[in-house]
Amino acid sequence: MTLREHTSHEFEVELESVRQKIFAMGRQVDEVLASSGRALAENDVALCRQIVLGDQKTDSMELEIDHLCLEILARRQPVAGDLRLLTSGLKLVIDLERVGDMGVSIASRVLEIAQELPLIPYDDLQRMLTTAREMLTETLAALETADTARASRAIDKDEVVDAYYTQIFNDVLSRMRESPDNIFRATRVQSISKYIERIGDHARNIAERVIFILTGDDIRHARRMRSGDLS
Amino acid sequence: MESPEQIFAENSPPLAPMPAASLPERKAAPVRNPKVEIRNLNFFYGKYHALHDVDMDIHDHQVTAFIGPSGCGKSTLLRTLNRIYELYPGQRATGKIMIGGRNLLERADNVNLLRAKVGMVFQKPTPFPMSVRDNISFGVQLYERLSHTDMEERVQWALEKAALWGEVKDKLRQDGTALSGGQQQRLCIARAVAVKPDVLLLDEPASALDPISTQKIEQLVADLKKDYTIAIVTHNMQQAARVSDYTAFMYLGRLVEFGETAKLFMKPEQQQTEEYITGRFG
Repeated sequence: MTLREHTSHEFEVELESVRQKIFAMGRQVDEVLASSGRALAENDVALCRQIVLGDQKTDSMELEIDHLCLEILARRQPVAGDLRLLTSGLKLVIDLERVGDMGVSIASRVLEIAQELPLIPYDDLQRMLTTAREMLTETLAALETADTARASRAIDKDEVVDAYYTQIFNDVLSRMRESPDNIFRATRVQSISKYIERIGDHARNIAERVIFILTGDDIRHARRMRSGDLS
Repeated sequence: MESPEQIFAENSPPLAPMPAASLPERKAAPVRNPKVEIRNLNFFYGKYHALHDVDMDIHDHQVTAFIGPSGCGKSTLLRTLNRIYELYPGQRATGKIMIGGRNLLERADNVNLLRAKVGMVFQKPTPFPMSVRDNISFGVQLYERLSHTDMEERVQWALEKAALWGEVKDKLRQDGTALSGGQQQRLCIARAVAVKPDVLLLDEPASALDPISTQKIEQLVADLKKDYTIAIVTHNMQQAARVSDYTAFMYLGRLVEFGETAKLFMKPEQQQTEEYITGRFG
């Protein structure tokens, strides 16, 4: 539903500012992921260093959004959709910041194997990263356009990311069995795939929070709770 | 050298699902046990149709808040609950307001007894120009014959219920109007509870008070609901969210949404409710 503007224009501006800063942080971490993928594809050591040094920007954005949400909570005592945006915003930026960290970690592993021959073709890693990035960008677009279905579709893609992870994991495991000389590169490649798998998980978390913001429905852990797996 | 399996032990893909988080413990939902059943209630100020087909329950030992912009009908609804509107010519209500199996809108009912059963406290403190003690005993005398000792006990009991006893026990002969605004309002609440009503109606009881006095009134509401069913009209939405178990949002004389307060302020069902409580109109 499309709500009319707040009577207090200032409040409206503050909430819109939170939304825009979340989108900007989303673009920032996606740029980090894009750069990490490029660094992996091109063995670009300089780009890797640039990514590692640039992490502060993401961290600053997290702190800024955190502070803004807290300030609005303290001053405005929001309710309903506004409350959901601000409380979820506080959690959502933690996931976004972790996604940025994963991008930096990918760059760090690329730095370690940049001088080595590729252990396996990196095509699947790139496709996996592309899918995880799609999850993230689709999720934030879902928030921007208030499109719950779009957020749900992003969540569905997490299974694709997980499938890539399992495949790459088995792939590097067999390479390690072939020769101990492969172990160093294999652990790095496996770590990169794990980072991307975690990016998918964080994007999923964000998508679940977006659905909560938009509908008030908390779908976290819903599948396992429905199946009665509450052990 | 470690085997590949050992190296990957910590990073292996999960083979079995991790234990799921258990469901969060929710604060118990407020009790649903209708004390007042409002059915098809309409109200007219002369020809002006102020309330339209209101249907809702006010639950026993719960606090129900009425919110909505000025002129939405929330105070009018409160005023129907003890027929105080009858003091004014041209005002009438149709429909049913059932308490204890009786429709209180039926004129045959004794309005004085009704007002003893349904007490009311107004926005501005209205102590009588008499002593603190007499402010309490005056109303009780209309309905009960008590001995001097019993009356003294009743006065103390009512002032204790209103969390005022400690502040006025040495000033019982002092004029009630000499108390502070917050104390005067608690005196009015004591006066209302002194006749042991079933339902307590509070019409913006804290809107003229400072923040500390407001908090005392809110705490009092929380304490009093153990003994009474409370309906409160407030312009302060945060106050409604703080003190009530149920909230009714009214607009243009209609009940737009009624439900558990926690749910209504987290996830209202109606767009109009969301727009009002988030400050988009009203």
